[in-house]
Amino acid sequence: MTNSILEKIKKAGIIGRGGAGFPTAAKWEMVKKAEGSPKYVICNASEGEIGVFKDFYILDNYTEKVLKGMSLAMDYLGTKHAYININANYHKRLKHKIVPALKKFKAMGYDITIYEEDPSYIGGEETTILNAIEGKRITPRIRPPFPVEVGLFGKPTLLNNVETFYDVALVDEGKFEHKRFVSIGGKAKNQGVFHLPANVTLEQALKQTQNWPDFDFFVQVGGSASGMVLNKDQLKEHPLTGAGSIEIYPADTKPRDLLMKWFKFYSEESCGKCTPCREGSFHLYELLKKHKTIPWKEIMEIVETMEKTSFCALGRSIGVPVISYRKNVLHI
Amino acid sequence: MAKTQIQPKPISITIDNKRILCDEGESVLHCALRHGIDIPHFCYHEDLPVDAACRTCLVEIAPGKVVTSCDLKVKPDLKLSTQSKAVESLRRENLELMLASHKKICRDCKRGLPCKTWDLMKKFKVTGTKYERAVIKAPVHKLGTAAELDPQACINCNKCVEICQKLGVGFLKLTGKGATSHITYNEDPCVDCVYCGQCTVHCPVAAAREQSQIEPVDEVLKHKKGRIVIAQMAPSVRASIGEEFGLKPGSNMEGQMVTALKKLGFDYVFDVNMGADITTVVEATELVERIKENKHLPMFTSCCPGWVKYVEFYHPELIPHLTTSRSPQLHSGAAYKTWWAKKMKIDPKKIVVVSFMPCTSKKYEAHNKDLKVNGLMPVDFVLTTRETGKWLKKHKINLPKLKPQKLDYEGNYTGAAAIYGASGGVMESALRSAVFFLTGKELKKVEFEQVRGMKGIKTANIKVGGKTIKIAVVFMAKNAQIIIDELKKNPKAYHYVEVMTCPGGCIGGGGQPIPTTDKIVWERIQALYKIDASKKLRKAHLNPVVQDFFENYANKLPKAKRDELLMRGYKRKKKFE
Repeated sequence: MTNSILEKIKKAGIIGRGGAGFPTAAKWEMVKKAEGSPKYVICNASEGEIGVFKDFYILDNYTEKVLKGMSLAMDYLGTKHAYININANYHKRLKHKIVPALKKFKAMGYDITIYEEDPSYIGGEETTILNAIEGKRITPRIRPPFPVEVGLFGKPTLLNNVETFYDVALVDEGKFEHKRFVSIGGKAKNQGVFHLPANVTLEQALKQTQNWPDFDFFVQVGGSASGMVLNKDQLKEHPLTGAGSIEIYPADTKPRDLLMKWFKFYSEESCGKCTPCREGSFHLYELLKKHKTIPWKEIMEIVETMEKTSFCALGRSIGVPVISYRKNVLHI
Repeated sequence: MAKTQIQPKPISITIDNKRILCDEGESVLHCALRHGIDIPHFCYHEDLPVDAACRTCLVEIAPGKVVTSCDLKVKPDLKLSTQSKAVESLRRENLELMLASHKKICRDCKRGLPCKTWDLMKKFKVTGTKYERAVIKAPVHKLGTAAELDPQACINCNKCVEICQKLGVGFLKLTGKGATSHITYNEDPCVDCVYCGQCTVHCPVAAAREQSQIEPVDEVLKHKKGRIVIAQMAPSVRASIGEEFGLKPGSNMEGQMVTALKKLGFDYVFDVNMGADITTVVEATELVERIKENKHLPMFTSCCPGWVKYVEFYHPELIPHLTTSRSPQLHSGAAYKTWWAKKMKIDPKKIVVVSFMPCTSKKYEAHNKDLKVNGLMPVDFVLTTRETGKWLKKHKINLPKLKPQKLDYEGNYTGAAAIYGASGGVMESALRSAVFFLTGKELKKVEFEQVRGMKGIKTANIKVGGKTIKIAVVFMAKNAQIIIDELKKNPKAYHYVEVMTCPGGCIGGGGQPIPTTDKIVWERIQALYKIDASKKLRKAHLNPVVQDFFENYANKLPKAKRDELLMRGYKRKKKFE
C-alpha cells in the first residue's frame, strides 16, 4: 500500500519544482532508505528569488492540496513530523488560509509546524533551511552529508518545493497533467501565474498567455536575479527551465540598470559565509555605483571567481545572468 | 580460528606531479599539509569542523575544475594541481577579496611579524588593497582585561566561534549578512566569556587577540627609576616559546629564556614554578583537612582563572568547593613582594613582577583588585607566550641561539611544579604531597599515569593509607559540566577534581603559539614530563625555597596576614564582570 504513492510518482515522472529539477521519486526513496528516526518532511515555501511568485499563488489557491502532498510524504516515510518553511511575508498574507487548513491536518495526526522565515534568497537553500529551523546561523551546510540522509536535527529529511507537493497531491488523485506553474512579469501585458504544459517553449508560454510583447524585448527565465537571459529569437526552441518565471525586459533596458538590480540583490542576499560571494557581491555593487560606465573587466574578474569558487549555488549562479546577458543580448 | 586482519588499503594521490600516500577518509588538504605541501588556508583547523568558507585552499582536479581541498576527500588516483593558472588567479582574487575586509594594522598588529597572513600576501603578491572594505559599525569588544575582538579585522572564518562552542562556553558568534558579517558575542545574559583566549589562538588574522602589555613592560624596563623588575615564567611557556622561533613543539627553552630576560633588563629571573610548589603545599594541606573533616567535598582546583570565572558566573553554588588556595603566579608574585623583599631589604613598592604565561585569563586574574597582598598587586604585568615571542623579536633576540643560564635561586622548583602545565599535573603534584601529609610517609613511585594524557575526562581511585581518594581530572567547560551534573546526582562521586579550561591544560592555553592543535599540545606535554623526570626533587613540599618561605616567613605571620598571602575568596560574577 505505502509504495503505491511512490509508484504513481515514478510513473508520472514528477521532478522537483524548486528549480533544480531532481526526480521526486528518487529523493523520496533516498529518505525512505536512510537510517534514523524520526524522519522529517519539509515544504520549502521560501521563494526568495525576485520575479518568482508562483509558490505564493499555489499556497493561496491550493493550500489544502499542498498539505495533502505533505501528508502523503509523511505517510510514505512513516513520520508525523513536518515543517513548512515559509517566507514570513507570505505567511502574513496567507495565514487566514494556512492556519485553519493546518488544523484539519493536525486533527488527523499530522504534526506540521510553520517556520516563518525571514525572507531571503539563501533561506530557500535546502541546508540553510535546516540551520534556520534548528536556530543556527542562516548559512548553507557542507554536502555531503545530504539532507536526505543527515538533515533536520541530524535525521533523514525530505525537502520539497510547494509546487512539488501540489503535484504529488494531483498524482494521488490521478489528475496530474504534466503542467507547471510559471510567473510572468516585468513589462508583460498580462502579468500573473499560469499553469502551462511542462514542455512548453518560452515562445509558446508567452503567446498562450497573451504576453508576447509588441515591442522589441529580451527575457530572463528561471528567476529575475539568477535566471538566464535570452533574446527574442532564442525563445522558439528554448524550454521553460529552472524556477518557473519569465521576466520581460524592453530591448532598450539600460545595461547598467539591469546589472544594478542583479548586483544589489546578490549583495543583499549573500549570507556572508564564503569569501567570493560575501565580498564579491558587495564589490560588484560598489564597482557599479562608483562607475558611470560599466567596468566590465573588473566585473568579470569577480563574476568568474564567484561562479567558480563560491560555496553554494547562490554565489555560483551569478555567472548565469551576467554571461548570458553579455552573450545573448549585448553580444560581447 | 585464525582471523586475518584486514588492513585499510593506503590510497595514493598525485599533487603537483608528486605521489603521496593518504589515509582513507582524510581530506586532500589534511593529507597535503601532513606531507609538507603548503596549500594556503584560513578557515581550516584540524581539530575543528570543516567550513570550506575562505575558499583559498583551491586545487584543480580536472582541466578548468577548481575546488576547495579542505572538503575534498582523497580518492584513488586523484591527480591535482595547487599551482595551475586557474588556481593561481582564482586564489589571488579570493585572497584580495578576503583581505579587503581585514583591517590592515600590520604595523601595530598584536600578532606581529612574522604573520602567516602577511607571508601569504607576499607569496601570492596580494596587497589586500584592490578592494575597499565594507563599513562595519561595530567597535572593538573587550573580553574583560584578557583579550579583545576586532570586527574590522574579522574574515568570518568561524574558528573562534567553533572552539568557543567546543569548550562548552558558546559566547562568540558571527552576525550580520553579506559583507557586513562579523564576529560578535552572545547577548544572552546567561552566557558569558571565561577569558580563556581560545578564540585568540584559533584566529588566523588576530581579529581575536590578547590585550597587549608589551608597551608597559618595555616602559618599565627602559625607565626603571630605582625599581627592581622580576620575571617569572609559567611551566608551559618554556615548552612552547621555541615554536615562535621555528623550533619543534616541546623544545625546552628555560635556560635561553633566562638569558633573554636578563638581556632585556630584568634584575631577577624567578619562576612561576616556585609558586606552583607553594600552591601544591597549600592546596594539598587543604585537601587533607577537607577529607579528614569530610567538609565541602569534592574540592575543586582553582588555579585556572577561566574555570574560576566559569564557577563564579555559571555555578556560584560551587564556590565553597573551590580550593581557597591562590594560583601559582599569585603565590610566587606575592612571595617575591613580601618574603623575598624582606630578606633582600627591598621596598616591596619598588618591585615590579612580570609573568610570562600561556594564558590570556591570567591577565584578568592579575588585574583582580580583590587579590592584593599588603595593598600591592602580586603581579603587575602578564605577557602571553605569543606576545613574548613578538617582544623578543622586536628586541632582535633570537632565542634558540642564546646560551642557557640558570634561574635565580628563589626561582627553583621541583618536578611537581613542572607538570602543572599539563592536564592532570596539578592533581598529580597535589597527590604527591597529600599522601605525605595524610600518612607521614613519602611516596616512592611519584607518577600517577591515570591522570596523564589528552582525554577530556580522566577519573581514578587512589589508595592512600587505608583510604580511597576518588579523583577526576577534566579540561574544557563542557567536560566540567558533565562532572558537575554527575555530582548533582551523586555528591560523593569524587573527593578532588582538577579543572582546566583549555584543551590539554595550560599547555594548550589561549596565549600559546599559533598553530596550537591537540597533536602539538601533546608534543609540548612530553617536555614537561621530561623536566619532571629529570629533577632530583619531585615533591613540592621538599622544595628548599618553599620550605624557607613557609618556615621563615609565611608560618610566622598572624593568621589574617598568612591567609591574605596564601588564600583567596570568590564571588558571584555578573556578565562582563
